[in-house]
Amino acid sequence: MLPQPAAGIGDAPRPVPDPGLRGAPGSDPEPLAVPACDAVVVTAALPAPALHRRFYRATQGRALGGVATGLAEHLGLSPVVLRIAFAALTLAGGAGVVMYAAFWVFVPQRDDAGREGSEGRGQMVALGVLAAGGLLLLNSLGIVSGSSSLVPVALALAGLAMVWRQADASQRSRWRASATGPRGLTRTLAGALLLAAGLAGFLATRGQLGAARQGLVSTIVVVAGLAVLTAPFWLRMTADLRDERRERIRSQERAEVAAHLHDSVLQTLALIQKAADDPREVARLARGQERELRGWLYRPAGGSGGQFAAELERVAAEVEEAHRVAIDVVVVGDCAADAKVGALVAAAREAMVNAAKHSGVAQMQVYAEVEPTRLLVFVRDRGAGFDPALVPADRLGLAQSVFGRMERNGGSAEVRSAPGEGTEVRLEAPHD
Amino acid sequence: MTDPRPRVVLVDDHRLFRSGVRAELGDAVDLVGEAETVAEAIALVRSTQPDVVLLDVHMPDGGGIAVLTAVAGDAPSTRFLALSVSDAAEDVIGVIRAGARGYVTKSISGAELADAVRRVAEGDAVFSPKLAGFVLDAFAVGDAPVVDEELDLLTAREGEVLRLIARGYAYKEVAKELFISGKTVETHVSSVLRKLQLSNRRELTRWATARRLI
Repeated sequence: MLPQPAAGIGDAPRPVPDPGLRGAPGSDPEPLAVPACDAVVVTAALPAPALHRRFYRATQGRALGGVATGLAEHLGLSPVVLRIAFAALTLAGGAGVVMYAAFWVFVPQRDDAGREGSEGRGQMVALGVLAAGGLLLLNSLGIVSGSSSLVPVALALAGLAMVWRQADASQRSRWRASATGPRGLTRTLAGALLLAAGLAGFLATRGQLGAARQGLVSTIVVVAGLAVLTAPFWLRMTADLRDERRERIRSQERAEVAAHLHDSVLQTLALIQKAADDPREVARLARGQERELRGWLYRPAGGSGGQFAAELERVAAEVEEAHRVAIDVVVVGDCAADAKVGALVAAAREAMVNAAKHSGVAQMQVYAEVEPTRLLVFVRDRGAGFDPALVPADRLGLAQSVFGRMERNGGSAEVRSAPGEGTEVRLEAPHD
Repeated sequence: MTDPRPRVVLVDDHRLFRSGVRAELGDAVDLVGEAETVAEAIALVRSTQPDVVLLDVHMPDGGGIAVLTAVAGDAPSTRFLALSVSDAAEDVIGVIRAGARGYVTKSISGAELADAVRRVAEGDAVFSPKLAGFVLDAFAVGDAPVVDEELDLLTAREGEVLRLIARGYAYKEVAKELFISGKTVETHVSSVLRKLQLSNRRELTRWATARRLI
């Protein structure tokens, strides 16, 4: 999902919401799209069979390789039906095994990272059916005759199943970005050993081991020769693959950055060119963009723990947007936002709006400090200033929304100002 | 000295920004050179021995900190004022701990910048409200054990001075507010700067190690 534009760009000044309604704002990447976002999460959490018309092997609810479950999902049938069909085909001459094996090899697993299917007794049973079917198939083809070669062939089949299962498991663990570990390697090796032992045993029972040994030696020599001959080619190919992979990752990252810059910086630059004859608008646009880009670049990865600082910065950004002023916010310490903190932030917002409207300057400084027993906020401008004693009673802005609000919440407010010397509003709220 | 203006070297890898600063500073300083890479800056500072180096924090090949560490000792009378678009705490604290005498953001006005250069040239420290906030945060009475009383704690007065700076007060206004002289304010700020550079408080160390500055 593309990052949202600056918190508040093109956003009408909103009343300060009850802080209790907002989650941690710092950790919420799409503050404007909460309902839509929830809906997306819900659909993603369901298996959503309708969305996946492609045939994948299932990674959950599977008995063996996930072929039957996946095919059932694909065809809209019950997996049980397909399992019975596979078993029936298997027992009727072994065709089910060939089909199942072919699907296992050629159909990709669904990338359901993080979810692991149940693997247990059911899988053992399925393996048994598959092995029995395989034996039947070999028997019907005349490869296995007599019970003496049954054991080695069963052994070989078990090894094969082990290796294949491990191949699936290591693919899944790659998706989960966790290493396969020595256990996976052991399984693969054990499977390969079983397979080799089974094949050797099979050849031995048929009395062809001696002949096979000679064939094996010459085969090994030829394979080794081929390997040496083609080694540079393989090495180059793996290096190329690695390079290509790295390049693809890099170009993906670049595309993401480009998308963000396009949505934010380029758009703002276009707006700035259009508004070139309105310096205040240009400054407002540039500042909003700067704030957005700064947030994008330096946003703490883990999200902020407290919310007071984030709330204060958010309302400052809103006032900046709405009144075309620049507000520098410095916050020392942080704490969770409760109702009292919300009231303090709302009062601070009112003080900022007041300064933006009446100070006559386009710059102000907000400083907040979280102390063990109280919260302090200072809103200071170097503008026109006024004599607090002479404020007419009908100018309710500061009196009502700042003083009243603070006193209702057990805090206090104080205004220091003199004509020509700017204004500073000091807000104090108790805090525990 | 015939020219009372501070001799200044400007180090920034953006030509556009350098020409902007040059225009804004105008005649207020004696600009003796400009550099756009770390290597150029090191050579230029060594050869010209300026009073003040205006130093960009973010440059390829290590940025301002690389310049500061490379010329440490080679230019004993040169003072550094860091300029940055970044407000990230580790950048600010990092460059101060590497030896810069002050930190201002690039959005500072020309007059304020000229004033900051003059003050740094006179040996004072220049704290922006943001930097004052970071320092208060780092030295806030927290869970960090105090190893060195003298370096790890701010005095009450230093705290007051920093709070006023963070509230947007100029040094003169701070002095008036606290009924002390401007020189005393400078002394407090310089003392804070020294603590900032020498203290091993955990927060400072954490920022520094996060950026591999130690």
